[in-house]
Amino acid sequence: MAKTPQKAPSKSKASVKAAPKKAPAKTASRAAVLKTPLYKATKPELMEFYEQMLLIRRFEEKAGQLYGLGLIGGFCHLYIGQEAVVTGLQSAIEPGKDSVITGYRDHGHMLACGIDPNVVMAELTGRASGISKGKGGSMHMFSVDHGFYGGHGIVGAQVSLGTGLAFGHKYREDGGVCLAYFGDGASNQGQVYESFNMAELWKLPVIFVIENNQYAMGTSVNRSSSEDQLYRRGESFRIPGMQVDGMDVLAVRGAVEEALKYVRAGKGPVLMELKTYRYRGHSMSDPAKYRSRDEVQDVREKSDPIERLKAMLMKQGVKEEDLKALDKKVRKTVMEAADFAEESPEPEAAELYTDVLVEQY
Amino acid sequence: MAIELKMPALSPTMEEGTLAKWLVKEGDYVRSGDILAEIETDKATMEFEAVDEGVISKILIAEGTDNVAVGAVIAEMTGEDEDESPAVKPAPAPKEAAPEPAPEIAEVAPAAPVSRAEDPSVPEGTAMTTITVREALRDAMAEEMRKDDRVFVMGEEVAEYQGAYKVTQGLLAEFGGKRVIDTPITEHGFAGIGAGAAMGGLKPVVEFMTFNFAMQAIDQIINSAAKTNYMSGGQMRCPIVFRGPNGAASRVGAQHSQNYGPWYASVPGLIVIAPYDAADAKGLLKAAIQCPDPVVFLENELLYGRSFEIPDIDDYTLPIGKARIMREGADVTIVSYSIGVGLSLEAADKLAEVGIDAEVIDLRTLRPLDTATVLNSLKKTNRLVVAEEGWPTCSIASEIIAVCMEEGFDDLDAPVARVTNEDVPLPYAANLEKAALIDSDRIITAAKKVCYR
Repeated sequence: MAKTPQKAPSKSKASVKAAPKKAPAKTASRAAVLKTPLYKATKPELMEFYEQMLLIRRFEEKAGQLYGLGLIGGFCHLYIGQEAVVTGLQSAIEPGKDSVITGYRDHGHMLACGIDPNVVMAELTGRASGISKGKGGSMHMFSVDHGFYGGHGIVGAQVSLGTGLAFGHKYREDGGVCLAYFGDGASNQGQVYESFNMAELWKLPVIFVIENNQYAMGTSVNRSSSEDQLYRRGESFRIPGMQVDGMDVLAVRGAVEEALKYVRAGKGPVLMELKTYRYRGHSMSDPAKYRSRDEVQDVREKSDPIERLKAMLMKQGVKEEDLKALDKKVRKTVMEAADFAEESPEPEAAELYTDVLVEQY
Repeated sequence: MAIELKMPALSPTMEEGTLAKWLVKEGDYVRSGDILAEIETDKATMEFEAVDEGVISKILIAEGTDNVAVGAVIAEMTGEDEDESPAVKPAPAPKEAAPEPAPEIAEVAPAAPVSRAEDPSVPEGTAMTTITVREALRDAMAEEMRKDDRVFVMGEEVAEYQGAYKVTQGLLAEFGGKRVIDTPITEHGFAGIGAGAAMGGLKPVVEFMTFNFAMQAIDQIINSAAKTNYMSGGQMRCPIVFRGPNGAASRVGAQHSQNYGPWYASVPGLIVIAPYDAADAKGLLKAAIQCPDPVVFLENELLYGRSFEIPDIDDYTLPIGKARIMREGADVTIVSYSIGVGLSLEAADKLAEVGIDAEVIDLRTLRPLDTATVLNSLKKTNRLVVAEEGWPTCSIASEIIAVCMEEGFDDLDAPVARVTNEDVPLPYAANLEKAALIDSDRIITAAKKVCYR
């Protein structure tokens, strides 16, 4: 991970710090720190990761542009910089069996769940063909068919809801695991800890994924968190934690495999802290005065997840022109999504009154 | 082909801004993500980033220019791939992109409620059983749990303790710990877990020890449970029941004595039920559990131990959204719900002694409100009193009065009166508590007043 404003002590130091003074470090903390091995990907897998991350980035750039043109309104939180997190995690789960839930910075998660970019973009522009018929918007999108349960606008709410989805997996004994994504900001909400407690108490199959992009809106982690090593936030609930380089898709994938192994074995939840960075403001209307342009530029130059993977691919003999062709293909997909989103009609006036309740009473 | 770079909108409300500074010049090669310019709005200075790769061919608006309209072309660039279509399609300016709401919206009305189902007819000779409200609620849950294994009960002390108010008595023994779940004292968390389980396809019944404690969880009830179906365009449901005692109990002071009926009844996307007697408690709780929508089910601690007759019918389920005429009368209508119904019936008996024939309506469901039953009664009696164990301001009484004004104005022979608790936090002292709470005498006084007696 590149230089960030947050101090990042080594893992060994952190786990020693967790130990009460007299007890040996190994047994002191009931919450283990799980291993985070690098994933050994095949070349086609690497290409897939690359394409997925590129799709998210180009999609978000386009969304930012459409926002600037007034086609997207309200709040619009872009995922640029964090692509490796969702790409690595989603690549490891089983569609149709596992469930996913996140907060309001959700476009990337939807794409990584395999949801059609057209209907996501059309939701951003508030059109009838949007995934929520234009009634949800950027922060409120869902696709039960894809196991994607939103898209939630209240910071931290998705953690309890995700724990509930995990409760459902265990109740039905369907073998599923819920990935509940939230940010470093949400990690200070009370209901997150209420959920941690019940998830461990009931051994629920949930992976709590903290996407630590270093800033909760404009407040950096170390200005808001007494324990800024967020992977340790589950310790008092005996939830094992892992801290992962969220700018490296192979590190993310390797770590989540370990987490899934643990959770699928019925041992209860795991807390993953993915250290990442968002390049853009918190939302489109964030002037980002809380960090320097140099800081952002430094991360972009040294740790960009896409550039990093690109370098790896080229080292493995993938030709630049093949990657260019891929980029072109992704751009075309995004362009088509933008056209679709722009050309689709707004919802019918009568839609105002539909879906308030399922039934009529 | 030239790509037009347009003055971006950087916030939902921005219409124009100052092009403070160009960070590129003509001829520069830029990649997506590069910062092209700084733009000042009334709130802040923002950076304008490139979305495409290419060469800046022309800068059209000089730095330092004020009042540049959103959507104005500020520069042009040459795209990397000449064969590609322009990266930025000519787009309408924001104002055109977001047209004023079409006037026809005003003409589209919400679908009129389908004719409300009637209560199931009770055949002549049906045996009646006497049970308490507490037992009726338990029986409703047990029957639904037997029918549908997606139904489970969760809350503080619902399992081993048998319920703080013994409403879940016996459920653990019959259904086991998988389906009758003791939670830690953590309302916000378990309300969210319940809502998430419902979104995932289960049918949770979440008990709050009292609805006062649900204040900790109200975000999950409203923002998660109530709004999801709408926000998802109808594809993600939340079939959950939040239930527990509501309203004033006895001498427990201000923090444990509040009626949340008006709070929840103001929220589109929720069903709100507040039954009075045992039959309604059972029939409506069964309906609530079967319901595909989120339900707030408001019970009353003081009613739990009261016994009522209930028809001995299999699967006794009642329609949601249907008020019940508890007593027919011709002179004045008293509209109430929950514990207020008992007080209203008491008042009606005493009013009969002075020759006033009162009709008593139990709303039973607070959302959606059965306004038709209220208005039909008003048409008959031309006088109306609302009796509510709760605060007066922004109450169910306020709502009924508004409905009578809007839709029953010509039927009114007197202004509608509301009888509620006093507009103060509930005091502890016995005399003050009594003074603060609604009683049948106050209902009688109000009924006489609207009858000009």
